[in-house]
Amino acid sequence: MHELTENLLMAFVVGGGICLFGQICFDVFRLTPAHTLCLLVSCGSVISGLGLYDRLIDFCGMGLTLPILSFGNSLTNGALQGLRDYGFWGIFLGMFSPVSAGIAAAVCFSFFAALFFKPKY
Amino acid sequence: MKGTWIFNNAPLITAGGAVGGKDEKNGPLAAYFDSFFADDVTQANSYEEAEGFFLSRAAQIALNKASLSSGDIDLFIAGDLMNQITSATYTAAYLNAPYLGIFSACATVCEALAMGGLAVASGKCQKVLVGSVSHNKSAERQFRYPNEYGSQKPPTCQKTATAAGALLLADKGQGIMLESVTVGRVVDYGINDPLNMGAAMAPAAADTICKHFSQTKTSPADYDLILSGDLGKMGRELLFDLLSSQGYGPDKQRLKDCGLLLYGEQKDAFCGGSGAGCIASVLAGYLCNLLQNRVVTRILVAATGALLSPNWVKQGNTIPCISHAVSLRVGDNNA
Amino acid sequence: MQSQEVKGYKSLMKKHEVKKPLFKSFSAAFLFGGGLCAAAQFIFNLFVRYGGWQHDQAAGIVLVIVIAVTTLVTALGYYDNLGQIAGAGLAVPISGFANSMVCAAIDDRSEGIVQGVATGSFKLAGAVIVFGCVSAFIVGIIYWLGGLLGFL
Repeated sequence: MHELTENLLMAFVVGGGICLFGQICFDVFRLTPAHTLCLLVSCGSVISGLGLYDRLIDFCGMGLTLPILSFGNSLTNGALQGLRDYGFWGIFLGMFSPVSAGIAAAVCFSFFAALFFKPKY
Repeated sequence: MKGTWIFNNAPLITAGGAVGGKDEKNGPLAAYFDSFFADDVTQANSYEEAEGFFLSRAAQIALNKASLSSGDIDLFIAGDLMNQITSATYTAAYLNAPYLGIFSACATVCEALAMGGLAVASGKCQKVLVGSVSHNKSAERQFRYPNEYGSQKPPTCQKTATAAGALLLADKGQGIMLESVTVGRVVDYGINDPLNMGAAMAPAAADTICKHFSQTKTSPADYDLILSGDLGKMGRELLFDLLSSQGYGPDKQRLKDCGLLLYGEQKDAFCGGSGAGCIASVLAGYLCNLLQNRVVTRILVAATGALLSPNWVKQGNTIPCISHAVSLRVGDNNA
Repeated sequence: MQSQEVKGYKSLMKKHEVKKPLFKSFSAAFLFGGGLCAAAQFIFNLFVRYGGWQHDQAAGIVLVIVIAVTTLVTALGYYDNLGQIAGAGLAVPISGFANSMVCAAIDDRSEGIVQGVATGSFKLAGAVIVFGCVSAFIVGIIYWLGGLLGFL
């Protein structure tokens, strides 16, 4: 049973906290959703670049994987892994590998959703 | 500063057609609409096309009420919120009448009334059909985000009405007199938040209403109702304060807002309705009804429009606003 | 326009400002965002415990599931209503990214499959990808230079 509830509370608090930060950007700093998300993604890359993100994920689990921050982290991880494997050109070769699941799923699902659904009133 | 035209031989509004969508049907003014599109799209292939259907039906209803066919129309003046006013053009093609397309954002119907009134008063036209339309979904697409996007709207924002209104102006017959028109100037108080249009537009409304009072030598007490176009809750309060500070403070009960009237307390309307169809349908349905039944005898309608484009705002510019006012009165036939 | 007038108007605006209930909005974002992450964590744990997946793969699968659910909720027309309540709670997690793609694709369907759906899909989501890519590139370049110059 312990394995199933592992990290649940951390995920809740950390994930909720990041969303709270996003909401503060919306309401207090009056940023548009696009500005807020771009800011968060860039933050994710920076934290990843400092080598902290994956260590934090061990504690926070989905609380750090689900927010868009992790998109920046994954891209950076991919770029750095590519750099280690292939040198300079690896930055480009590897960048999208870790995020491929998310982007591929979003593109395919949205395409078929658009074929079968209309905007609902 | 000029801008007020008083018609000695007042053109008459002889018929009106108001068409609404689903939310308008559930609103407090539902009884005054002539027709509804229950699903907001009907057989249209897109929201933009549906918008054209709305205005066409409103125009057809106004013509039917006056027992006219589109061939009897000397001029059709209309506009909407879309790029290149496609919905009005669609209706013009449907009517197959001489057509002038105009744009004043949400103040379009008052601009159309001003131009139509001028055309009739000059004697060049006998029957002029004016109208405007807006559609919530097509406006969301063009001005904000795609529909179904889960972004949070602030409480200051307004809901674009899915509605159309058409009015028939004639030189003789039975109807409501278009006494005078005040054409507004562009007013920009430096508001750059496109989700707070009420606040952006209130100074324009105040400017035009004050100009109207001073140039027609009337006062707020001369009107049974003073209506702003679509300022919403916050904009109405601001307008009241602005008018009061200029010495034209009306009785607060008599200062109404078409956007607030249209949706009442519907929660998802936030500060109230807006859009070119909002004031057009309220005017063609509710207000014409009040005047025809002599519940009120003289009203001032100041439609307000925010003349912005999405790119203009993204480029960091402020929102230029305009307001045009028309004074309507019932009385005996002016002939 | 006299600036005096404008100044007076700005203070008038403050007086009549329609205030957003901040506490309510913050707690909604926290609860929705936290709840979504906790639910995802639970599914992740299931995959690891019973599916025998490695952590990396399980995380990817959970993301795909969240994206699929978001697609469905968006397509059925409920996501915008939920987003109005949750705010950043549903915009910041990957569900917001998926929603921004699905809503753009569905909404642009009327312009056709190529010029609407395909062209429009990344209308909103593109910003996130561009910023993610550019920032990852900059980090990569720093590491590359660091390797060349010997300080990393």
